[in-house]
Amino acid sequence: MKALAARRQDRRAPLVLLLLALLLTGAVYAVVAPPSADASAPAATGDDVETGRQIFQANCSTCHGPNAEGTEWAPSLVGVGAAAVDFQVGTGRMPMQNSGPQVLAKDVQFTDEQITQLAAYVASLGAGPAIPTEEQVDPAGGDPANGLSLFRTNCAMCHNAVGAGGALSEGKFAPALLETSPEHIYEAMLTGPQSMPVFNEATLTSQEKQDIIAYIEAQKEPSPGGLELGSLGPVSEGVWAWVVGIGLLIAFSVWIGAKSS
Amino acid sequence: MTTTTTTPTRTGRAAAATADYLDQRTSVGGAVKEFARKVFPDHWSFLLGEVALYSFVTLLISGAFLTMFFVPSMAETEYTGPFATQEGLHMTEAYASTLRLSFEVRGGLLMRQIHHWAALIFMASIVVHMMRVFFTGAFRKPRELNWVVGFTLLILGLAAGFTGYSLPDDVLSGNGLRITDGVVRSIPIVGSYLSYMIFGGEFPGTDLIPRLYTIHILLVPALILALIGLHLLFVVLHKHTQFPGSGRTDKNVVGYPLFPVYVAKAGGFFFVVFGVLALMGATMSINPVWNYGPYDPSPVSAGAQPDWYMLFLEGSLRLMPGGAEVVIAGYTLSLNVLIPAVVVPGLLFSLLALYPFVEAAVSGDKREHHVLDRPRNVPFRTAFGVAVLTAFFVLVLAGSNDLIATHFRMSLNDITGVLRIAFFVAPVAAFWMTKRICLSLQRKDRELVLHGHESARIVRFASGEYIEVHKPLDEHERWLRVQHEAIRPLEIEPAEDARGVRRKGYRSDALKQRVSRWFYEDRVEPVTPAELVAAHSHGEHDALEAVPVEQAPQLTGGGRHLVEPTDPDAGDRRA
Repeated sequence: MKALAARRQDRRAPLVLLLLALLLTGAVYAVVAPPSADASAPAATGDDVETGRQIFQANCSTCHGPNAEGTEWAPSLVGVGAAAVDFQVGTGRMPMQNSGPQVLAKDVQFTDEQITQLAAYVASLGAGPAIPTEEQVDPAGGDPANGLSLFRTNCAMCHNAVGAGGALSEGKFAPALLETSPEHIYEAMLTGPQSMPVFNEATLTSQEKQDIIAYIEAQKEPSPGGLELGSLGPVSEGVWAWVVGIGLLIAFSVWIGAKSS
Repeated sequence: MTTTTTTPTRTGRAAAATADYLDQRTSVGGAVKEFARKVFPDHWSFLLGEVALYSFVTLLISGAFLTMFFVPSMAETEYTGPFATQEGLHMTEAYASTLRLSFEVRGGLLMRQIHHWAALIFMASIVVHMMRVFFTGAFRKPRELNWVVGFTLLILGLAAGFTGYSLPDDVLSGNGLRITDGVVRSIPIVGSYLSYMIFGGEFPGTDLIPRLYTIHILLVPALILALIGLHLLFVVLHKHTQFPGSGRTDKNVVGYPLFPVYVAKAGGFFFVVFGVLALMGATMSINPVWNYGPYDPSPVSAGAQPDWYMLFLEGSLRLMPGGAEVVIAGYTLSLNVLIPAVVVPGLLFSLLALYPFVEAAVSGDKREHHVLDRPRNVPFRTAFGVAVLTAFFVLVLAGSNDLIATHFRMSLNDITGVLRIAFFVAPVAAFWMTKRICLSLQRKDRELVLHGHESARIVRFASGEYIEVHKPLDEHERWLRVQHEAIRPLEIEPAEDARGVRRKGYRSDALKQRVSRWFYEDRVEPVTPAELVAAHSHGEHDALEAVPVEQAPQLTGGGRHLVEPTDPDAGDRRA
């Protein structure tokens, strides 16, 4: 005990404590953190409008109205199409958990089958964009180089040059796209959720949308230069230069400059 | 030693013959002898300037490699190469050759990344080195001019970094150039002419990259090299400063000779710096130009920022409210750009460059200083330095406001609002806090010198009084805490002489005095020998287990009251 008490006075003690605290925090986070949502594309099934209506009335009608006609809190869903439902519910944004600057993606609340049924019901209310086919969202069918040109003129000002996300006004933000499935990216372009504009066929053809998906897909490959540092640009590079670079060099300076006698 | 002189080996003979050959033709022997015996004091913070020097050498080596493959041309071409997302895009030769040297030249990407990391570290180490020099007062006479040389090196480093950042001609670098164009245009009257001169016509033109290239690889590095030479020459002339300690004065240098200790240390340190930079270049991606694509004036992506050393400028522009444009007789004066991009940095940098001269004027100190200050002993300077750094840091945060917003889930507008206020309030608060901390640390030093370390031994007297026994400081500890002098405000001659004639130069003296009061009014005087003797006069009683009751009140072991000097003959050692 006495030895322990003496060690507590050691000037390296805070450093050791800090390291232990960091390790502990990391370990606790790894255990407690929710597993990331699996946003796989739902399989297309038959027309389940009736089941979809029941799910809608049980889960969505409080805000969107009993017949999806909209209320003062939430918009009408007549004519938004199956694509909007598949995106909003399939990424966990709907049903909405709490209000804030922006509806956040969270764990998906329904099974793929239920989402398809909900989508079928909403689609039955009025014509709107349909869920894209697998072929339409296949990155292999797009040209990533054309995708780069389109992405940087249409998307990069909010989503960052490689889709790492960016800030909007008043706490809103453009989310990172690197974890988003090609289908949801396509649907987002088609329906323009929240602050995002709609990119319809006249703005970006379906082939161009596919090019953009191919470009985003190419960003998931490891960077040729090594660790990507969040793909956030010079700010994160600067932080790393100071923390790792100057940190290491000062550590070496202290070592070399330590009294040799 | 004796073996080599009595029975020289073959290599020994060869080395001696070579040395003799050189010496007879260049007389280099004298210089080697002189330099090898030069003494350097030991402290890790004296190596920070070396980090800058070695990262500059790394920049030269990796930069020379890059020039072999980079094509500084704005001629247009179409890319065909291994990188899929660029295939078939229209781009300039500059951008295409950057891609080629990254993906097709063996080791090219590694060299590019080493070069860029080295640039960031070069600037960072200059700043850290400058902070060390500033906070320890190493810029005082005779080193004021060397401070200016170092400051010029900082500005040249900014120029080198900026021109290099702009060379690859990707979207991000083009955005930076567009901002530069805007800043140049905001200068009243000459702005648009200057912009046309720089870009050779309307932005972006076709002349800029070749021009930047010449500046980046020829003009700026040559100037930096020359000034580094001057900087080091001054170090040799002035000799190195040393931290205060027993045996160190303004008339000596305590340390090891350059040869062999520092030759080995410094030589080895180059490889350490190069190794760290190579490690960073090999493992961490930097400026991936292929993410941004070839330059086109229309797109600007989220998270478009300059390298860290220019971030304060970006932040300054982001903080400035947009409406500050004045139209005078049909001509627009863009104060919304002029103030944040020209006036604010101009002010901050001028403060930095001129500080040594201001301090010399208001302290009236004309002596040479080779022993460094402990930052706490010069509260105003330390606080001022922290205030300027705080202002820069607020601007850097403002330049990263979008990333702060997304990563900490905060409102971009609120961050900007808070930082607008912080830019004015935070430096003042930092100044006040730092000054108070410095003064408190000095009082702590006084306390320690007068009463010694707490020993955790509590003694109870027969009277019932408790004291803690204090262990006196040893001579070295004490010297460190009493060797400095507290500078007092300037005293000036009266406004009128004995005959009542107004004195010339009184007004400027009075101004100096006012500033001097502001600098040095608040101070803690170091302990004088007389005070020390007075405080220790009852020290021997600490060893006693019990003392007569009537003496007990003198045993103020905690020492909360300071004792006035009682011995008038003790004198002031600092006088």
